[in-house]
Formats: sequence, structure tokens, C-alpha cells
Amino acid sequence: MRFNFTEEQDALRREIKDFLEKEWGEEARRRAEEAGDMASDHSPSFHQKLARRKLLALNWPKEYGGRGWTPIEMAIFNEELGYYGVLSNCYRNTMIIGSAICHFGTDEQKKKYLPDLAAGRKLFCIGYTEPNAGSDLASLETTAAEDGDEYVVNGVKVFNTGGHIADYCWLATRTDPDAPKHKGITVFMVDLKSPGISIRPLYNVADGHGQSELVFQDVRVPKENIVGGRNRGWYLIAKALDIERINTGVRARHQRVLEELVEYCKETKRNGIPLIKDPLVRQQIVQLCTEAKAARLIAYKVIYQQSKGEIPDVSASMAKLSGGELSQKIAYLGMQLLGLRSIIHGSSKWSAMEGKLEYMVRETIPHTVGAGTSEIQRTVIAGRGFGLPRG
Amino acid sequence: MRFKFTEQQDALRREVKDFLEKEWDEEAQLRAEEAGELASGHSPTLHQKVASKGLVALNWPTEYGGRGWTPIEMAIFAEELGYHKVLDGVYRNTMIIGNSICHFGTDEQKKKYLPDIAAGKTLFSIGYTEPNAGSDLASLETRAAEDGDEYVINGVKVFNTGGHIASYCWLATRTDPDAPKHRGISVFIVDLKSPGITIRPLHNVADGHGQNELVFQDVRVPKENMVGEKNRGWYLMAKALDIERIRTSPSGRHQRVLEMLIEYCKETKRNGIPLIKDPLVRQQIVQLYTEAKAARLISYKVIYQQSKGEIPDVPASMAKLSGSELSQKIAHLGMQLLGPRSIIHGSSKWSAMNGELEHMVRETITYTISAGASEIQRMVIAGRGLGLPRG
Amino acid sequence: MDYGFSEAQELLRASVKEFMVNEAPLAHVREMEENSTGFAPGLWRKLAQLDWIGLDYPEKYAGLDGSFLDVAVVMEEMGRALFPSPYFASAILGGHTVLAAGNDNQKEDLLPKVVRGETILTLALTEPSGSYEASGVETTATAASGGGHVLNGTKLLVPFAHVADRLIVVARSDGQGTAETSISLFLVDPKAAGVTITPLRIISGEKQSEVGLQNVKVAAADLLGTLGGGWPVVGDVLDKAKVAMSAEMVGGSQAALEMTLNYVKNRIQFGGPIGRFQAIQHRLADLATDIESARWLAYEAAWEISEGQPASAAASMAKAFISDVYVRMGRAAVQFHGGYGYMKEFDVQFYFRRAKASEAILGDQYANRELAAQQMGL
Repeated sequence: MRFNFTEEQDALRREIKDFLEKEWGEEARRRAEEAGDMASDHSPSFHQKLARRKLLALNWPKEYGGRGWTPIEMAIFNEELGYYGVLSNCYRNTMIIGSAICHFGTDEQKKKYLPDLAAGRKLFCIGYTEPNAGSDLASLETTAAEDGDEYVVNGVKVFNTGGHIADYCWLATRTDPDAPKHKGITVFMVDLKSPGISIRPLYNVADGHGQSELVFQDVRVPKENIVGGRNRGWYLIAKALDIERINTGVRARHQRVLEELVEYCKETKRNGIPLIKDPLVRQQIVQLCTEAKAARLIAYKVIYQQSKGEIPDVSASMAKLSGGELSQKIAYLGMQLLGLRSIIHGSSKWSAMEGKLEYMVRETIPHTVGAGTSEIQRTVIAGRGFGLPRG
Repeated sequence: MRFKFTEQQDALRREVKDFLEKEWDEEAQLRAEEAGELASGHSPTLHQKVASKGLVALNWPTEYGGRGWTPIEMAIFAEELGYHKVLDGVYRNTMIIGNSICHFGTDEQKKKYLPDIAAGKTLFSIGYTEPNAGSDLASLETRAAEDGDEYVINGVKVFNTGGHIASYCWLATRTDPDAPKHRGISVFIVDLKSPGITIRPLHNVADGHGQNELVFQDVRVPKENMVGEKNRGWYLMAKALDIERIRTSPSGRHQRVLEMLIEYCKETKRNGIPLIKDPLVRQQIVQLYTEAKAARLISYKVIYQQSKGEIPDVPASMAKLSGSELSQKIAHLGMQLLGPRSIIHGSSKWSAMNGELEHMVRETITYTISAGASEIQRMVIAGRGLGLPRG
Repeated sequence: MDYGFSEAQELLRASVKEFMVNEAPLAHVREMEENSTGFAPGLWRKLAQLDWIGLDYPEKYAGLDGSFLDVAVVMEEMGRALFPSPYFASAILGGHTVLAAGNDNQKEDLLPKVVRGETILTLALTEPSGSYEASGVETTATAASGGGHVLNGTKLLVPFAHVADRLIVVARSDGQGTAETSISLFLVDPKAAGVTITPLRIISGEKQSEVGLQNVKVAAADLLGTLGGGWPVVGDVLDKAKVAMSAEMVGGSQAALEMTLNYVKNRIQFGGPIGRFQAIQHRLADLATDIESARWLAYEAAWEISEGQPASAAASMAKAFISDVYVRMGRAAVQFHGGYGYMKEFDVQFYFRRAKASEAILGDQYANRELAAQQMGL
């Protein structure tokens, strides 16, 4: 048992940190904000920089231009990106999808998509969730009907992240309506410029419009855009989750907020006494720090298991559950600690801690919803983890 | 809208208080403890005194020697019992059964049982719960088979309160195994001295043996001991709930323990400062106090509705849920407030607050389980109250 | 013991509910959030015509001479609808301050107009310290040579200051005295020289402002109450405000619960409504129980006020309790709405955001529990 990283891994973290501190400093962040990148959670210019540093393809096999990183290196990378609050919602999709193309794509697909993804020239978004298929994703209804050399796609995808800035959609469709619901799903790569696609931005409570509604109306997609075989989509979707599980980034971002909160409580006086000396504040801060530590330990356990070739489904659910809930807890308790001015938006000079917690309260709403709600995670833990029967 | 009692009701409370302060003071409790009455959950000495005050029959119609009290007076009485730490399990059951006999008994049954119950000469225990019928009580399996003028009973009842000191058992049995489960149950009054009954004491975590396992092996019960009609037992049991819903006794207890806790925190210094000046202690005390206030308000609302002739099933579940969860919360947080000595048993001079909270932590385990577990109450609230569909 | 409302109160509740459904659905809330005025003057006039502004005001000031319980009923229904109006700022914070501290001239001048909705008042109490204690008031009132006072300071999060006709500024007057005994109240014209009003953007979208006071001259006649006698008045008004707001938060929690129930009964996943899952049922059952608890804590406190009993402890307990419940309800509401809970085009997020703002306003759980502890003599 060892709770530290190898020297090489530490060096890698240092390298990423240096890179981010240099390229994603206050100045770069401010420019990105001014360019409106905040609202869509993605900075194209910084995405390019990541590409130039060959940081977009890092978990791909070396033969496809990747760096062949293991889950541990990936976790370090994600953690640092999160810690520095890098605005890049598509790098993860790119990473997930690029990796899936490496594994399941045809030679033509690999040739066509991988170089562009690695170079940051093209972006993917993921089209899974539908109005009637959220937690119960396998009941998705978007149809892809065979017609000669093409498929004709009809349906609606919602809460699609980054569709408005992406080039392609990694689209889950129903190709066999008569098969059991998990066995009639096929994944396509769809060019978002295809006729018949309309993209409607969805504005969220955190004033962003990173999510969209994608409507597909008689969209024709060539057969060769199927990934991994017809009606084998569910398998691909499940495999791609393995990579999604390495998402240590969000937690790291919140770790940083927690550090800033501690700093704020040290600097801010109430009734002449630094907040951090208030016994109630101390209790809450230490409680949050302890939970953050526990959440990190579970997240690392997931990665450790992955690096041993195990499938950490139950620990991954625990990590997702505790991480998501904790994000909200930090936001809620943090806002309380900041007092009355916590409710003021960061644009005002009167906001407390630049409105970061007020923003975080709004922004973390989907953290217990997206990529498997807390309720679904608990169901997984109870069912797969403890063998409890289905209700 | 009025949140106080009438003058007569206040006078009644005073009368009950005076009675209990005199007859159930420290001295009386000590004597009861020495006589082993506390462990068995019933003080015959106190019961005699309660009976001689006419307080056993207080809600019965006056024609049966009762005082005809409304739910409001009952609630006041119960609250004072709780406040004065009267062990009321057996007594309560007897009262509930007496009331049921008033409503459903034959003239012979009334004549036979009511005077003795009112005089404190007879105790009843309730035989409902079985090894395989807990929350799902209607699936009870104890069989009563007709045989001439008698029924022959076979089965096992568990967690039976007071069977070892009672004269009779108010027993729920299955008389029609082929009917739907709610429609094949009958209630009998069974003399606990009948041949074939064995009583095995169950010792609980709070060092009491108020509960028993009752085994019925070919126990013969005369037909005239059936209460109400054959196969209508479920209806009787549900009606008896009306009195069960008067749950102000825990409110009285909460109030008393909180008062003691506040007193302790005022008197006890830690690092030279009275505990009550510790901001964390203040927060917790006020929080508990507020929750106790809220739980009391809901339990009064139940009684208010009863006094208007309404059936307050949902508020009653809310009262049971919040009251019992709060009992545990007070016990657990209270123990924390007392510090490390909180874990010492009350028999030691080193115990904190005479071990009151340490005992309460153990004693309240069953509060969220018996008379409808918290999970069952939530189901009632969700189903009947919020109209959510069954899972 | 009587948990029932009077017939008049039931009628009042039904009328307010109907008014909100017809005149102020959540689309109106959405519109007002974007609108810089933040409320609809037409609706405000209607409210006045229905006599709802002056429910608990004496008849001689055009009020209905009703009880504070009536106010709680109205606030609960407004809370359900998240009704954007100056009711809380003007009828409760401002009006009750004048009612308690004003002299006959001031009351006769202001209160009938407040009750008729012609004048909007607000209380400028809180400052950058965010404190609701007397010690948090740093705005100064210096005696001017020719009589009257000069005010200097910054007031923060003053509700509806941007449309107020008169601000009641809580300031520290010079001279001897403790934090509590040197507070005075001044009626200030927001258009007076030296007053700047800057709307703030807050999480709930409600209209609250920064009020800057730079050498603002106040005439002697605009002192409200006695010099140095302001704090007990503020204390009483805060108690009332907490109870009214608790009722409003109960209404908001209940509406969020009902909206969520409606969603989980109709949202089909895995072959049936998600409301059939106990993971959802039990959490909502707990919340329903908590809302019910909060409701009676609020009404008991309102009853104490209406009976003229000391209600500080009850008011603080009610506000502390519902603050926690409303936030938990708001959170469950957006959670159980899934992705829709995060999207602005859906309504449930209004309750979530309002819960977080209401939690902080008038003191959060911690501040109010501490106040209750003091009231309980701990």
C-alpha cells in the first residue's frame, strides 16, 4: 500500500502544472471570459494549445499518435486541468471518443478522425440523452432507418454538451425497434453540418449555454459512419464509461474552491475576529476538507483498480456519488460561511469571494444529475455492490 | 387559530403534573428500580395509583366508568407521562384495549374485563408482530382453527410488550387462510395462563426485558373470546390506531431531557467556560429545541384533527416519524455534548448526567422501528399524503 | 388549541391564491426578473384595492385592523407564487417601522399612502458587514449645525430601494451609548442629494440595491422615533419580518414540493413514473414532514405576534428551521427534475435560487439559532 505517486508521475504533474500556470494564467482566463468562452465552457484557443502540447490524445495507443497513458497519468492530467479551471468541455469528449475510435473504429474512421482530433481541429459532442431517455438511457427513441447506403436519422437529443461548437456528434440511435432495448442501439458519427440538424441552445441556471437541444429531421448518414457494428451501440457506450470514470477534474476544481474558501476565512474578519477562528466555521471547514480527502481517496481507488485491469463499477459509483454530492455541499456551506453578501453576483464589487460560491451553487446542480444521477449511483452500489434485489 | 389550551385543560395538566410529581418522584422511581420494575417496563405500584385516580379509563365513555376525555385531554395526559418518565408501554396498551372493548366488545366482554382494567387489576399485552410479519403485519401466520365451541391457536408472536406481567393477550390470528390477507384476521382475548403458552423473555440493548416471545401451541380459546366479528380483525386493529396516534408522550420526554441537558450545560464548565457558552453547544441545543417544538406542534395538529372528527393518518405518520427520529437525535447529540464521560453507565459516579443519555441512546433504538418503522411512515406519507404511486 | 384558520382567513387565502394563479403565474416572475422595475405597478395597485397591503394596519391608516396571522397567510401564498412585489419591503419592513416609531404626523402622512400602495417604503438596515446586529451598523448620523442630521455610509441589499419613495435609514447617531442605544432611524428621500442607488444582481433575481449615502442632509422632522431609540424598533420589526418571511418560505417550499410531485408522477423512466421509487418517495416524505413542521413553527410565531406576546425566540427558530428546509427542498426539486432542473427555461429553478437567497436574508440558520439561544437565556 502506498498513497503517493511515482517520481515520474510527480514529474508529469509538475510539467502539467507549469504548463497550465504559464498558459492558463489569470490573463488567459480573463481573455477567454471576454471571448464568451465561459458561457459555453470551452476555450478554442486554449484547446489548440493543449493540442500543440500533444495533450489531447494522451490515452490513445502510440500508433495513433497518442501517448499511451494509463488511467493514473490520465487522472493526474484531469486533476490539474480541473484544479486550474481550464475551460474545455470538449477535450474530455474528444478524449473519450478518440479513445473509443481507437478501439472500435474501422481503419478508415481512424484515418479520417483521429489526426484532426489530436490536432484540436475538430470537436465531438455526445448525443445520448433524450427527453424520454435520461437515467433510463437504453430506452432512447431516436431512430436510424436503413435506406440504401445510408441511414435516416430522426429524433431529439437534449442536454447535449457542446453541440453548438462541435463538428461531429457521437450519436446513439435505435436501429432495431423490435429487439430488447439494450440490443437495438447503434452509434453513429454524424457531421453536425448535415442537412436536417437544428441546434437550439439551452440556457442553464449558471447563465451558461454549454448545453443544447439537437433535433434530427431526416438526417442522412452514410453507413460507414457506424461505429463498432450495428446494434452493438450499448456495448460501446458502456465501454466509453470506463474513461468517463477517470474524471478527477471536477473534484479537483472544487478542492481549489475549498482552498480559496479557507484563505478567505483567514483574511476576512467578522466582529474583529478572523472568520477562521470562529468555532462553527472551523468545524465546517474541517468537515469539508475531510470529506474532500475521502472523495479523492475513493476516486484514486477507482483509478488504481483500472490500472490493474479491474472494472471498478461499484467504486466508480461511490466516487461519482460522493464527489457530486460533495461539490454541492462545498457550494452550499461555503455560501453560508460567506454570510449575507454571498448572495450577490460576482460582477458586483460587493460580492463575497468574487461570487464564486454563489456561482458554484448554481453551477453544481447537474453534478448529481449528469453522467448517472446520485439515485442511479446508489442503485448501482446497492445492486451490483451489495447484491440487493431490484425493487 | 390558537396555540394554547383552555383554562380547564391547563388545570388538568396541573392536576396530572402534581399527581406525578408526588407519586413518581425520584424516590418512587428509585424504589421501582430496586423492585426490578424499570427493567420490565411497568410499575404495578404506580399503575394502582393511576387507576385509583381513574386515569386508566380516562377516554372511555362515562357509562363504563371512564372519564370521557377527548383526544386533547388524552394528549395532555400522555405528554405529562412522557415528561415525568413514566414507563407507559404496558399501561398504554391496556388503555388502548380497554377502549377497543368499549367499542367492539360484547356486553359480556365489557362486564368481564372493563371494571378490572379500570381498577388497575388487569393488564393486557398485545400480540401482533411475528417473526415473518413486522412492517407487513397483515401477513401474520398465527393460526386460529375452529373446533367446536373453541378455536385452537398455533403460532409465534415476538417483541410482545409486557406478556410476562399481563393477564391477557389481545391476539391477532388468521382465521381464514384463503381470504385476501387483510380479510382473514380475527382478534381474540386470550388468557395467558392457558395451557400451551410459553413466554420467553427477550433482553434488549437497554438492559430491559419488557419484550417477550410468546409461543402458542394448541392453545384452546373459547369462541366467546373473539372480539368483533370473525375475519374483521384488521378493522379493529386499524381503529385502535386512533389512540395510538396520540403521540405526545415523546414530546414530553424530549422537553424534559432538553431541560436537563440545558441545565447540565449551564452548570458544567469545560476549560473554565460553561458549556452553554460554547457556540457549537448553543447551536445544537437550539436546533434540538426547535425540532422538539416542531414535532410537538405536529403531534398537537393530529389531536386537533381528531377532536374535529377527522382521521389524521398522514399527519400522524409525520408525527410518528419526526418524533421518533428526534428522540434518537436528542440522545445522540446529547451524548456528544456530554463528552467522553457520556459513555459511562448511570450506575457510576463518573457518568455524565446520571447516564441518562447513554441509556436513551440504547432505549430509543426501537422508537423508529416499533408501531410502524420510519420507513413505513415515509411510505404512508408518500402514498396517502403525496399521492405517489406504489413501487 | 386550534389549528384552524378563521373563515375570513380561508377566504383571504383562496382569494390571494386565485389572484396569483390568474395574475402572477411563474411566467410573470420570469418577466419581472428581466425587468429593471422588478414588479408590475398595475398588480401592485390591484393588491392595494383588494386591501391586502394594509391587512394588519389600524383602520385610521386605511388598514383592515386584522391580525398578523392574516399577513402570514398572504405571505405564504405570495411565497408559493414567488410574487415579485414591494409587499415585504413596504408593508412589513418599512410600514411597521413607521407604525412602531413614527409620530402622529409621520404616521398620518405616510401610512395611508403605504396601505393604498401609493408610497413604497423600505428599510435600509444591512451594510457590507452583512450583520443584522446593532454592532453591524456603521452608517453615521452627525448632528447638523442648523438642526437635523447628516448621513454617511453604505447600505447593502436594501429590498426595492430602486423604486422606493422613502428609505428608512438605520444609522449610528453620535454621542454616548452602547451599540444598541446609539441607533436612530431617519426617513430619507431617495432623490435627495448624496443618495445613490445601485441595483445588485443577486442569486434569486429579486430587486435589491446598494444605497450610498454621502453627506445626505436629513431634516429634524424626518427623525423617526427618538434619537438613540431606534434599535428596539428594528428588533421588533425584524421579528415580524422573520415570521412573515418564514411563512413566505413555507409557501415556496410547498410549491417546490408540489411541482416536484407533479414531475415525478409523470416522468416515465424504466417503464413507469420515477415517483414509484422509494429513493424519491422517502426523501420527499421527509421533506413534506419538514415543511409541515416549518409551517406550524411559522404560524405559532405569527400567532404569538398577533397576541402581543414576545415572539423573538419563536421568530428566530422559525426562520432558522425553514431556511434549512427550503434549501433542501429546492435542492431536491432541481435534483428530481434531472437535466430540466438545471435549465432556465423550466420553472423549478426559481425556487432553488430563491431558497438560497432567503436563507441568507434576515440571518441564516446559525445567526438565528444564536439569537434564539440568547432569547432562551442560554
